[in-house]
Amino acid sequence: MNEFTSTIGQPNLVSIIFFFVFIVATLYITYLAALRSRTAAQYYTAGRSVTGWQNGLALAGDYMSAASFLGIAGLVSLKGYDGLIYSIGFLVGWPIIMFLIAEPLRNLGKFTFADVVAYRLRQKPIRIAASIGSLMTVCFYLIAQMVGSGSLITLMFGLPYEVAVVSVGVVMIAYVLFGGMLATTWVQIIKACLLLGGATVIVFLVLLHFGFDVAAMFGQATAKYGEKVLLPGGLVSNPWDAVSLGLALMFGTAGLPHILMRFYTVPDAKEARKSVFYATGLIAYFYILTFTIGFGAMIMVGQDIITKFDKGGNMAALLLAEVTGGTVFLGFIAAVAFATILAVVAGLTLAGATTLSHDLYVNVLRSGKSSEEDEVRVAKRATLGLGVVAIVLGIAFKGQNVAFMVGLAFAIAASANFPALLLSILWRNLSTFGATLSIATGTTLAVVLIVLSPTVWVSVLNNPAAVFPWKNPALISMTGAFLAGWLGSVLKPDPGASEAYENQKIRNYLGVGAE
Amino acid sequence: MALDKDKFDALVRRRWKVSLSLTAIMLVIYYGFVLILAFDKELLSGRVAGGTMTLWIPVGLGVILAAWALTGIYVAWANSTYDRLVKDIKEGMRGES
Repeated sequence: MNEFTSTIGQPNLVSIIFFFVFIVATLYITYLAALRSRTAAQYYTAGRSVTGWQNGLALAGDYMSAASFLGIAGLVSLKGYDGLIYSIGFLVGWPIIMFLIAEPLRNLGKFTFADVVAYRLRQKPIRIAASIGSLMTVCFYLIAQMVGSGSLITLMFGLPYEVAVVSVGVVMIAYVLFGGMLATTWVQIIKACLLLGGATVIVFLVLLHFGFDVAAMFGQATAKYGEKVLLPGGLVSNPWDAVSLGLALMFGTAGLPHILMRFYTVPDAKEARKSVFYATGLIAYFYILTFTIGFGAMIMVGQDIITKFDKGGNMAALLLAEVTGGTVFLGFIAAVAFATILAVVAGLTLAGATTLSHDLYVNVLRSGKSSEEDEVRVAKRATLGLGVVAIVLGIAFKGQNVAFMVGLAFAIAASANFPALLLSILWRNLSTFGATLSIATGTTLAVVLIVLSPTVWVSVLNNPAAVFPWKNPALISMTGAFLAGWLGSVLKPDPGASEAYENQKIRNYLGVGAE
Repeated sequence: MALDKDKFDALVRRRWKVSLSLTAIMLVIYYGFVLILAFDKELLSGRVAGGTMTLWIPVGLGVILAAWALTGIYVAWANSTYDRLVKDIKEGMRGES
């Protein structure tokens, strides 16, 4: 039998060509977008001109990271069915966004989810608390993405880690700084089409190999690696842990600032709801593709070769692309993975910059009195600042175990952002003190319990046993945030806010006065 | 600008009845799946498709498709019923003002 060779890890001409075409095209779009990104609404929300279908693609683009494409395909290729369990957890938050959050958010807010929470409450305490929740979610997610991108680009092209992180950071800053939401949205749309298209072609080639007989594919997987690949393994063992992680994924998705912000790019609540339907369908389709890609790689590449390139299996999808479509196809898929990384960090940076300028600068420092030019100028400085921070932290965390950071981002989103948002939409008597206390409690519990959990206390800090037994604290931190919101509102009510609830309801349910 | 309070309250109640029911269905489906994983893995280990697949595979794909189908049900309801009720209430407001 021939020794398996691959060109992964070497500069690939096709990849470089595809990559340059992508960069030139997206920077040209950024240039066009820059001409139409002068007012705050244009810069933050693309002038609310994005259609439901376009926003559905862009939402899917924001959510389908390189980590989920390469990581889940790798997980399936090594563990089989467990990879699907993981994907399902990341999908089930989308219906929750649709049923509880999307339309109220669109009707009540302007640029950020803090607009909704602060709608009838005192601006400053709410804006400060909500900004901390938002910025922590964005920063942890961003660090995880930057570190992941550095390692993936090193594996794919053999570039030094630091060069990879700096180049991702610089291109991302260019998109967001000059093109704002309009450029970011189109980068997401193009990336989503490339990723879904590329993954579809891989799956088509895999199915072609098995004569379009899925049963034959699973049959060969069992013959080669045993029954266990078709059965759940060790991913879910402690039921409380599983319930808690499930809560973080379901309700955390509905608290991710860069996802929530996208609902302001569509003209009204009707387009917002349509966009969630399209996004959910596209993400569901994507997870079915990655599951098939994982099994294809398991059989057609083989687990021993996949782990030879990367122990975590991250190169499985790329190796499969090479086996099915040769070096040219490998180059294309690697360029798509790179584009995916750029798009996701751009979305995160824009969300962080909006929080810094719209929530903190305009509504806290300037008490809501600031000119549009001023606001956009601060947003651009914040983009530059966050971009530099992302590059610096990406390099600082080189080689560190940052896997817990995505779990932490979801836990904070589910505990700090989601409860306050839901209470402000549904509960007449939520008070300023209650909402602030809810956000503070949710953030503190999520961070402290994650640090004491096995994911940080044992895996990162190398202690022998964890103080807090579960991998994800959402069951406690989210419940705590709701209780704190109730307790704070009972202890220190806001009669004015309760009276204003009737007006909020009219705008929320009828869309009257929505921006 | 006169708002028909009864109609409006009925609209809000109906909106949350639909969306909270759909949320509950999603929770039951997902947590049903997770709890079977945690407590009785054998339940779905039976074979289908001529013995090449475990029942887990169609069930897992079923959860994914169910999540999407629920969002579809909500959009269909909101695009027809909810939007019509909102239009009705808004026309009432305009008519009397």
